[in-house]
Amino acid sequence: MAEHKLVGQNYVTPDLVAKVTGKAKYAEDFRAEGMIFAKLLLSPLPHARVTRLDLSAATAMPGVKAILTADDLPAPADAVNDNGQLILANIDGEVALTNEPVYQGQPILAVAAVDELTAADAIEKIVIEFQPLPFVVDPLVSLRPGGANARTKGNYWNIPAPAPAPAGGGGRGQSPPRPEIRDLKWTEAEFAEVKDGRLPMGEAPEKWSYGDLDAGFKDAALVLDETFVTPDTSHQTLETRTVMAYWQNGKVYVHTGTQSTAQTVLGVARWVGIDPANVVVISEYTGGGFGSKITGAISLVIPVLLSKKANAPVMMRVSREEEHYIGRGRPGVRGRMRVGFSKEGRITALDMFSIGDNGPYERQGDTANTGIIASLMYQPLAMRFRGVSVLTNTPPRGPQSQPGGLQAVALMEPVIAKAARKLGIDQVAIRRINAPVGKALFGPPAGPRAVRQYVTSAFVKEALDKGAALFKWDERKAQSGKRVGSKVRGVGVAVSTYSAGSVGYDGLIVIKPDGRLYIQSGIGNHGTGSVSDCHRVSAELVGVPWEKVEVAWGNTAKNLPWTCNSGGSQTIHAMTRAAHAAGMDAKKKLQEIAAKDLGGKPDDYEVANERVFRKGGGGGMTLAHAAQRAIDLGGAYDGHALPKEINKFTTASATALAGQGLMGVGKDNYPHDGQSRSFVAGFAEVEIDVETGKFHILDYLAVADVGTVIHPRNVGGQILGRSMLGIGHAIGQKWVYDQHYGVALAKRFHHNRPPTILDAPAHMQWASVDLPDPETPVGARGIGEPPVGAGCCAVLNAISDALGDEIYRRAPVTLDMILTALEAGRPTTDPLTAHI
Amino acid sequence: MEKKTMTEDTPKNVSRRNFIKGVVASGAAVSSAGYLWRSSALLGQQPSAPGSVERLITLNVNGQDRRVDVLKQETLAMTLRYKLGLTGTKLGCDRSECGACTVLVDDVPHYSCSVLTHTVRGKKIVTVEGLAAADGTLHPVQQGVIDEQGFQCAFCMSGFIMATVGYLKTNPNPTRPELAHGISGNLCRCQDYDKILTAMMRGAENLRKA
Repeated sequence: MAEHKLVGQNYVTPDLVAKVTGKAKYAEDFRAEGMIFAKLLLSPLPHARVTRLDLSAATAMPGVKAILTADDLPAPADAVNDNGQLILANIDGEVALTNEPVYQGQPILAVAAVDELTAADAIEKIVIEFQPLPFVVDPLVSLRPGGANARTKGNYWNIPAPAPAPAGGGGRGQSPPRPEIRDLKWTEAEFAEVKDGRLPMGEAPEKWSYGDLDAGFKDAALVLDETFVTPDTSHQTLETRTVMAYWQNGKVYVHTGTQSTAQTVLGVARWVGIDPANVVVISEYTGGGFGSKITGAISLVIPVLLSKKANAPVMMRVSREEEHYIGRGRPGVRGRMRVGFSKEGRITALDMFSIGDNGPYERQGDTANTGIIASLMYQPLAMRFRGVSVLTNTPPRGPQSQPGGLQAVALMEPVIAKAARKLGIDQVAIRRINAPVGKALFGPPAGPRAVRQYVTSAFVKEALDKGAALFKWDERKAQSGKRVGSKVRGVGVAVSTYSAGSVGYDGLIVIKPDGRLYIQSGIGNHGTGSVSDCHRVSAELVGVPWEKVEVAWGNTAKNLPWTCNSGGSQTIHAMTRAAHAAGMDAKKKLQEIAAKDLGGKPDDYEVANERVFRKGGGGGMTLAHAAQRAIDLGGAYDGHALPKEINKFTTASATALAGQGLMGVGKDNYPHDGQSRSFVAGFAEVEIDVETGKFHILDYLAVADVGTVIHPRNVGGQILGRSMLGIGHAIGQKWVYDQHYGVALAKRFHHNRPPTILDAPAHMQWASVDLPDPETPVGARGIGEPPVGAGCCAVLNAISDALGDEIYRRAPVTLDMILTALEAGRPTTDPLTAHI
Repeated sequence: MEKKTMTEDTPKNVSRRNFIKGVVASGAAVSSAGYLWRSSALLGQQPSAPGSVERLITLNVNGQDRRVDVLKQETLAMTLRYKLGLTGTKLGCDRSECGACTVLVDDVPHYSCSVLTHTVRGKKIVTVEGLAAADGTLHPVQQGVIDEQGFQCAFCMSGFIMATVGYLKTNPNPTRPELAHGISGNLCRCQDYDKILTAMMRGAENLRKA
């Protein structure tokens, strides 16, 4: 795309007026005739078995319409994924209701009644008794000899190695092996270092390495051995996972928040145990996701099944406290990093050990990701990774913005900062010398040929250079650490990375005889703007001004194309590619129609300004006319004949739209050499009062390597918004659990302290290096994830730059931590206990 | 000014819903009236003796008098959302922590989740739906959001806008830190604070020019 008319420009997104006037409807804003309400009965214990359940008094209450228990849920079923692969059901995976709660606050049953008061009253009338079971809320406690297991079967997921491929190959690919829970215990001897605040390192189920680690350490001018702990934090979307659902003619209609409209159909179908063809998801507006609503939430089966049982629409309003339990959280990771540095600051060897808090259910990838991300971001010459994600009786985890990536850079960045100080190297320079360049390698050697993966492109040095100039790094650095009265300032820089795009999805557009372009968007509308931003690419290719574009989104009955999950910053990359495919298909058809009617070859025509016309002057026609001609011609032109390669979901939608105009439909088959990753360099300046321990972030800058910027204001919102989410991890957000009773002590906003507008730096700024990714036609990569770690660690590093290395060894850094450390001359906070 | 017009005297054999339909002749939310407490067994325990709180009251919302049946423990957020159909006011926490439910009561921002509806009789309530002009022209603060693409998921947006509109009545020309303080009772979990503040400052500027 040589010349951009829409890409790279600010515009008013099509959802904004409805949002600003209060007309936008989120799940709780829908009403249905005869709608009834659900309330949940939650487990008071962190691990228990229900031994007696008497529903009779509740059932007999007037106004109670249905009660749903774990026995009403469908058994976990095998599923077939998009590649035709059979995915075996995880028989120990998460369930929406249970008779063996594995965390305090887990839903046990639900009551639907004519109103919430009746439902709540019915819950009170239920007789329930529990047998308490052993529980654990700290991964290290579970690993100790004799430590309790969160699940009766053990405390970690063993992922068996895939079976060797059958001789002759072919078929649709092996099913991944079924994960199983096993027990892992370490010896007292292995725990000996805990008393010195160092992470114990016993047998690790997950491990990989490359390069010569011993040689790397031997060659090193400096070797550091550091332990660091990152916090568990709730996603705390402002809209809880409230759902309203009803059934009509065998189909279920689900009003829910979700990050991914199209793909949520599969989630609902799998959880409810029905054919995806019988699921309609309505999600025009979603009040935040951050990874906790990638395909809605498993709890949505409760109102769905209650609605079937009661034969009435059911609204399940999830309260803020319930959201703490079922709303997902980020796994905290405690890591130990032995790192060798050359005297120039180059990392010669990295030996990394990560122990994650998995929560009670499905294995979370965060812990394993810490190794992969560290290997990409800092390019160690040799590396070993070992890790285990330990099951605990704390709320289920889920991916949260930059899952495992935030933890990786939070474990590594303080070590890099300390090394730079010890070696007398500038903080920007040490990150520059370790930065990935071009098609940089990362992760473990994998596959039959044991090769490492590589990225599509990386412009980290460019981001650091641009940031250092914009931030006036050298000027500010000169002032860092100098005291004025009780105040001291510090500057910090940090780098961060994450996945930034997938491939292979579909685009679907129709130019109608009214001259307007109708774009079908299966992307979720959760605030990132991708739901409309991606489609600017199609509009630009077919020469339609944005005022004449209608975007259909937020309802799977509206004939949407197969679309990526909006998780892991995939969307702007995946769906600009799909939008490009659909736009190019429409353009080709316009050129063909013009050539048919006006003579010459299709290539003689170009498409712009709402017309298809002969290059260099001559005949042409309006898009409105061409759309009518497409209907006259039929076949592929108006969608009656469709390409075979598109997903069946797209085929069904395109079939429904056939005959309405000129259809552009296509699958993203563009080449893509490498894995797409985006990068951010963050810069922060803090001012700390050494008498009170209180600190402010004065200034923050993030420079992003995200390829082509599609919509500057939305990219800016993502960069600075996600940076703030990361800063929350540095300055105060965390969980607090009572170790003795295994119950949450911080379950509301004012307890676990997400940042407020007063915590935001007075000045925030973002920039982009503006270098398109060479492996995608529009050049755009995703940006949702990497700012998180950059924000968190720029602030952490600024604090240590002001006060030295003996202040903190875990995040968040709170004022009491600063005060007590300054007084003692060393960190005094408990180094390893979880959730303090 | 309070008007005591009718006490709660619903006949037990008439459905509450039809009764309300009969009394409240207009309003988008009639069909959703009373959802949360429609026919609870507990309602029978509500006193209707002389001297107790009456049920059917008049609220002035967005410049209109609305007749509405209100329980004594009912919060303004619930009345607005479930009885008057004004779902632009959001519930983020139910407990005065997040500000998503902020509305103006006599020009002062309040968390409507923590205001009993009975306490605002005779007062002027303005919700986000009441800001734009009848012809659809946006309020200058709303326009500020459009101008700057403020907010991400926007679940917090109506609360922030109402808090800003209320604050600007006391300080029409704030500095950026002053406005941040003025609206610091509102949480945004997308953490889009910088762009929100830019949009709200733009709104303040729009308002001064209007």
